[in-house]
Amino acid sequence: MTDAIENATRALWDAGDIVERDVTGLLGRLSSPGIDTGELFFQLGESESWSLEDGIVKSGSYSVDRGVGVRAISGEKTGFAYAEEVVLPALANATDAARAIARSGQSGAVKALSRNRPTARYADASPIASADDESKVALLREIDAFARSLDPAVKEVTVRVMLNHDINLVVATDGTMSADVRPLARFDVMVIAERKGRRERGFGGGGGRFDTAWLFATDAAKRYAREAVRTALVNLDGIEAPAGTMPVVLGPGWPGVLLHEAVGHGLEGDCNRKGTSAFAGRIGEKVASELCTVVDDATLPDRRGSLTVDDEGTPGQRTTLIEDGVLVGYMQDKHNARLMGATSTGNARRQSYAHLPIPRMTNTFMLPGTSDPDEIIASVDKGIYAVSFGGGQVEPTSAKFTFSATEAYLIEGGKIGPPIRGATLIGSGPQVMAGISMVGNDLQLDTGVGICGKEGQVVPVGVGQPSLKIDEITVGGTNA
Amino acid sequence: MPRQIGGGMPTAPDQTAPNLKGLVGQILDEARRLGATAAEVAVGNTTGLSVGVRKGELETVEFNNDRGFGITVYVGDRKGSASTSDASPGAVQNTVRQALNIAKYTEADSCNGLADADLMATTLPDLDIDHPWAVDVEDASQLALTAEAAALGVDKRIVNSEGARLVTQRGCHVYGNSHGFVEAAWGTRHSLSCSVIAADKDGMQSDYAFTIGRADGDLDDAAAVGREAGRRTIARLGHRPVQTGRYPVLFDAPTASGLFGHLLSAISGTSLYRKESYLLDSLGRQATAPGITLAEDPHRRKGLASAAHDGDGVATRAKSFVDDGVVTSYILGSYSARRLGLATTGNAGGVFNLDVVTDAQPAAALMQTMGNGLLVTSLMGQGVNLVTGDYSRAAAGMWISNGEPAYPVDRITIASNLDAMFKGIVACGDDIDKRHNIRTGSVLVRDMTIAA
Repeated sequence: MTDAIENATRALWDAGDIVERDVTGLLGRLSSPGIDTGELFFQLGESESWSLEDGIVKSGSYSVDRGVGVRAISGEKTGFAYAEEVVLPALANATDAARAIARSGQSGAVKALSRNRPTARYADASPIASADDESKVALLREIDAFARSLDPAVKEVTVRVMLNHDINLVVATDGTMSADVRPLARFDVMVIAERKGRRERGFGGGGGRFDTAWLFATDAAKRYAREAVRTALVNLDGIEAPAGTMPVVLGPGWPGVLLHEAVGHGLEGDCNRKGTSAFAGRIGEKVASELCTVVDDATLPDRRGSLTVDDEGTPGQRTTLIEDGVLVGYMQDKHNARLMGATSTGNARRQSYAHLPIPRMTNTFMLPGTSDPDEIIASVDKGIYAVSFGGGQVEPTSAKFTFSATEAYLIEGGKIGPPIRGATLIGSGPQVMAGISMVGNDLQLDTGVGICGKEGQVVPVGVGQPSLKIDEITVGGTNA
Repeated sequence: MPRQIGGGMPTAPDQTAPNLKGLVGQILDEARRLGATAAEVAVGNTTGLSVGVRKGELETVEFNNDRGFGITVYVGDRKGSASTSDASPGAVQNTVRQALNIAKYTEADSCNGLADADLMATTLPDLDIDHPWAVDVEDASQLALTAEAAALGVDKRIVNSEGARLVTQRGCHVYGNSHGFVEAAWGTRHSLSCSVIAADKDGMQSDYAFTIGRADGDLDDAAAVGREAGRRTIARLGHRPVQTGRYPVLFDAPTASGLFGHLLSAISGTSLYRKESYLLDSLGRQATAPGITLAEDPHRRKGLASAAHDGDGVATRAKSFVDDGVVTSYILGSYSARRLGLATTGNAGGVFNLDVVTDAQPAAALMQTMGNGLLVTSLMGQGVNLVTGDYSRAAAGMWISNGEPAYPVDRITIASNLDAMFKGIVACGDDIDKRHNIRTGSVLVRDMTIAA
């Protein structure tokens, strides 16, 4: 592993003949009167994807995006502009546009840049360069044939590999100088199975911040294919889902999207500073059952949501959000932390240089409890066991959230019954969290497919949880 | 604050359009030189300003200037794609090489290739969609502040704000392909939105309103947008429980627009050839209740989705996809058309100004018809399975008793199957929401399962 800052300056500055003196000059220009802080975010992102459908590798695409985002902050005001040419005149132009947010005030100071080199949470090798195109394409073909061989009901198979390599560099008037080189790889298998005129979809996939060795040196791709076929076949037997309020047992891993929606978004710094979150001003209060301890952890090695440093140059951290049911912390970026008298927790994230950084989750999960998963299911007389979800959404203001099951079963007399057709679950964050009455000893993280959207910006995230039981939540089936 | 800020607003069209057209020509030449048998290129340049205010103060000023191009090359029946935000000569050559490299490894697909040359748009109608707005930061923030102040003034229970935002964008999009077709389209889009928060003993609720148009003169009055945001937010307070059961459901115009979006996805070529649709082999079959026509008007002046040609360069034209409830045409680009053995409908990239045409009734009459049931004003979550048509989403709205609004309801789900829902449409309203690509009034569905 080589030095991230040196790598980044070479990749981002050299082509435009930019040197450190130019950058400190821009920071000086940015700290005009009235500006509290300002930053330049340089980025070079490269991505490649290949996709197979109808048994042939039909399409592939490659893209490269380069640019610089310039932000100036004055009190609660933010000015932002960006340039797609990393050359001095364009940077100066963007700097002038961003700093125009301030009307007047004291001239801001620029601290000397101090190189920040936190512990790396992932290797910096490019997943795109880590395998030749021939082997990537051959793998897609192999997995297509494998998925079709698993069951004659499999009619359509789509296989996709998506590889990203992102180099960024942050320099700020507070003296921050930090760089990160982020790999991101993902492999998806989607199938459609058909039996007796009924068709259902199944999905399996995963990935993380690493190169393609995970695909070529392990059986991960076959595992995803098996999972896709398995879920499609399960759903072919699905019966009508019940409607109404009932106990729900969530399986481990990906159902942790519950935490992402029920509490995660509501604990991001921006909506708490503005008082627009249902959790605003509630630090120290009980917001969940005492069985719940929820953390956001950017430091997990190689995970999809992990960050060596965030997009403001703060090292990624593990932040406890809820401890034994009590709200203990928010996820902060520098801007909201400063206005709230707090410190950044390393949760500033941006989709790209062309977007403003905002507080976001990284890998959010619940710590394990003591219950045996079988014992949790056995405790429910009549309810639902949900093991996979299509996604969720929340309104942080009312704490209302929803997520939609893509694999779920009835629980009858303490035993797992027949699969049910997809149903949406809906509840209020604090109410549902208070109703968590059993937490399993089987913590799992998801396989690495999460994406999170907020204010039009999409970033990769991780979720996880042990099996858990919610005493009462609304299940939106058709069978009233 | 200075009246003019550098780096923001677009340059004049006659300066930039030939440049971008020229760039497309260069990229196509480069592709041919490096061995592509055919190629298509899209180049875009969008600039704009977004000004956000909150609680009576300017909060964010964002200038955007997005450029970039994407190329798809064909080498025989194989294809490869590449894109970049960098339009320097070196990047152009590198990007074309990357696309060609991809095409070395993809496999031959006889459905690949450009749309037929004789389908390219030859006459370009005046769509009247380019109305630059020279609004500066000061005036933009004044409009946003006016909207927010009006929203906050609606009711004492409105206690907080998520702010108001004015966005103005102007873009030039150029598409060209190796048939020799190159066209540039300039278009503007301006919007003003506002979101506020009301509180009562049960907690906080938020809602929003917005206006959007091709010309700033077509935007609703800023104070009216704010009052609408305030009205919608207050209407959410004091929600009461309902009993789980089957009831008629009335989708208001904005949520009905999204609902018809699911139907259009189900008859779009990509979903059909992938078998990801509950409406496979539906040509000539009933997909909705009788009396409903889904008609496309791509050349509407000032239309939010108006376009002279689709993403393949094929001329767009007025037509219907559903006529009196029966599917008369799928929604096809040239690739999906070839896959299905049909002709392209000029819809690569989707539909362009879709109207839901019915024997519309006044919206209030729909409530009378419904009697007791749910008026949906907001939907959340995924929960739509296009393969099976299964539908289960989170909803909020108003309970209607004896044809009159009774009380708000929230945290409920509505569930059914899309096929049953569309065939079970009882009536449509005349309250057409013109802010969406899919324009419809409210829609009354016979019954769905409501879980609470």
